[in-house]
Amino acid sequence: MAVNVISPGLSTTVQDLGRPGYYHLGIPLSGGMDRFALRAANMLVGNDEGAAVLEAVFMGPELEFTEAATVAVAGGELPPKLNGDDRPTWEAFPVKPGDRLTFGFLKSGARAYIAVSGGIDVPVKLGSRSTYTLGALGGHEGRALKAGDSLPLGKGIPGKGAIPANLRRQPGNPAELRMLPGLYWHRITAAAGKQFFADTWKVAPEADRIGYRFKGGTALEFVPREQPFGAGSNPSNIVDACYPYGSIQVPGGTEPIVLHRDAVSGGGYMMLGCVISADMDLIGQLQPHSPARFVEVTMDQALAARHDRQAALAALRSHLGR
Amino acid sequence: MSIRFSFGGDEHIFAEVSEDMSLEAFFTSLSMTNAVKAAGIKGVTEICPANASFQIKFDPDRIKPGDLLKELQSMEGAASKSDATLQTRIMEIPVLYQDPWTHETLMRFRERHQNPNATDLEYAAEVNGLGGVEDFIKAHSSQPWFVSMVGFVAGLPFLYQMVERKRQLQVPKYLRPRTDTPKLTIGHGGCFSCIYSVRGAGGYQMFGVTPMPIYDPSQKVNYLTDEMCLFRPGDIVKWKPVSRDEYDAAIEAVDANRYEPVIRAASFSLAAFNKDMAGTNAKLMEVLNGR
Repeated sequence: MAVNVISPGLSTTVQDLGRPGYYHLGIPLSGGMDRFALRAANMLVGNDEGAAVLEAVFMGPELEFTEAATVAVAGGELPPKLNGDDRPTWEAFPVKPGDRLTFGFLKSGARAYIAVSGGIDVPVKLGSRSTYTLGALGGHEGRALKAGDSLPLGKGIPGKGAIPANLRRQPGNPAELRMLPGLYWHRITAAAGKQFFADTWKVAPEADRIGYRFKGGTALEFVPREQPFGAGSNPSNIVDACYPYGSIQVPGGTEPIVLHRDAVSGGGYMMLGCVISADMDLIGQLQPHSPARFVEVTMDQALAARHDRQAALAALRSHLGR
Repeated sequence: MSIRFSFGGDEHIFAEVSEDMSLEAFFTSLSMTNAVKAAGIKGVTEICPANASFQIKFDPDRIKPGDLLKELQSMEGAASKSDATLQTRIMEIPVLYQDPWTHETLMRFRERHQNPNATDLEYAAEVNGLGGVEDFIKAHSSQPWFVSMVGFVAGLPFLYQMVERKRQLQVPKYLRPRTDTPKLTIGHGGCFSCIYSVRGAGGYQMFGVTPMPIYDPSQKVNYLTDEMCLFRPGDIVKWKPVSRDEYDAAIEAVDANRYEPVIRAASFSLAAFNKDMAGTNAKLMEVLNGR
């Protein structure tokens, strides 16, 4: 059982729900950037929710199947074609040996999750099949796919079903990313904090699995201080510290960067707080140049939003009879 | 020192022991994170010590953020009174300073540097008021360094020099980070040195390279078969300047997977170190050199 990679797309990697427990060594979680879509794709093909799938960004790969299987594509609207014929997204469809899966142009979102029944059966590294490309760890040989790769499949049971639009999730326009201020928020002036939330930002071209950079907003004004020993001379510098997932660092006070699943685990830039866990999936579906705003929330609101997401996942499971 | 706690979203607690870097702050961070580990608090998923701070990741479905915060605050008193001693390791890291690979890279990124007309080492010597590159290399390699954090990317150690603050080498980071740094580059930014474990972006000044792998995701390197990452916070490092011939011989040994790093068990007491830095470091060197 295998999937052969005819062409890899822009950057297609093997991902599952991630690799917790090694951040203290600088090894990040990795895993799908839109984990809701990853779970949905897996459920459609009858896999465990956390089975390994392919995450394709902006452009789909071309794949050939050597055995019969079930496939589903969820997340960004990257329209699948089987042997040239259109297939729906967010819906399971069967494939036969020799079938070729290609994709049309991305219509919305940024990342599509391609699940195959049985799951992509690459070796488990530190508890996960996810690819951490910077550290050449996990996935298929620790890297994005290349033409000529052959990916083993696990043994699966065929799944079926479709997920209606009201159970899916896509970012709004502008995308609203809820954040809890904190960490080094006190380093900027009250006026700068207010302006940060008032501005509409644009996703910069430097947006990948490590982090998403935003531009087009107002530069931060810092509260003056004598820089602490070892921190570095720029007012945005701190003594190198850990970076939370979702943390918003602002090097030089100009362009915020939100760290994501392949985050660098630490460094010397101040952070304004974190995008809340409920909205991390949305970032994975943002295209460069798309508008986004940061929306201030409290911890209680963050936890309520987290529960809303869990309810959405429960609704998905119940719809698919799981 | 009173620890400043802050929530990082709904899944992290960030704790700043001190705004300034110091070994005291590092030891408080280490004893706090060790205490959190030992306490086995439900819902805690990642425990990350850093230079003068630390971070705990948790699952808010299993523990309320406020409850975890209270638990951490209750540990603060004990951590600040801990005696700051370590059973640790001292290791020798060979360095080819002024190597051709970092030189080629730094020349490519000159427009991002404070002084486009000098190399990173020439600039570092100048801003530290040292006579020249040779004096700087001597200052960099004559005293041991303390691994005060592991991270940024997989297995990258941050190293803090074990000398009085006024003797610490400090060099600003590049004005704009490079998009490339050779694997195993010895870098320096602020008061920290580092070893780039993988090739990639970086903003630290580049001084040289080590032939010795420090991260191996394939776990084939003979001393990295159990752990992919060589370094742990608390390790002590001594740079050993080597010639090009010695570097090439080490590379040959690494390629044949018969390279044996010099690593010895050592103990360290912060109180003893603060009382007599030169004496403590001399004793560490005796341990390293097997005397």
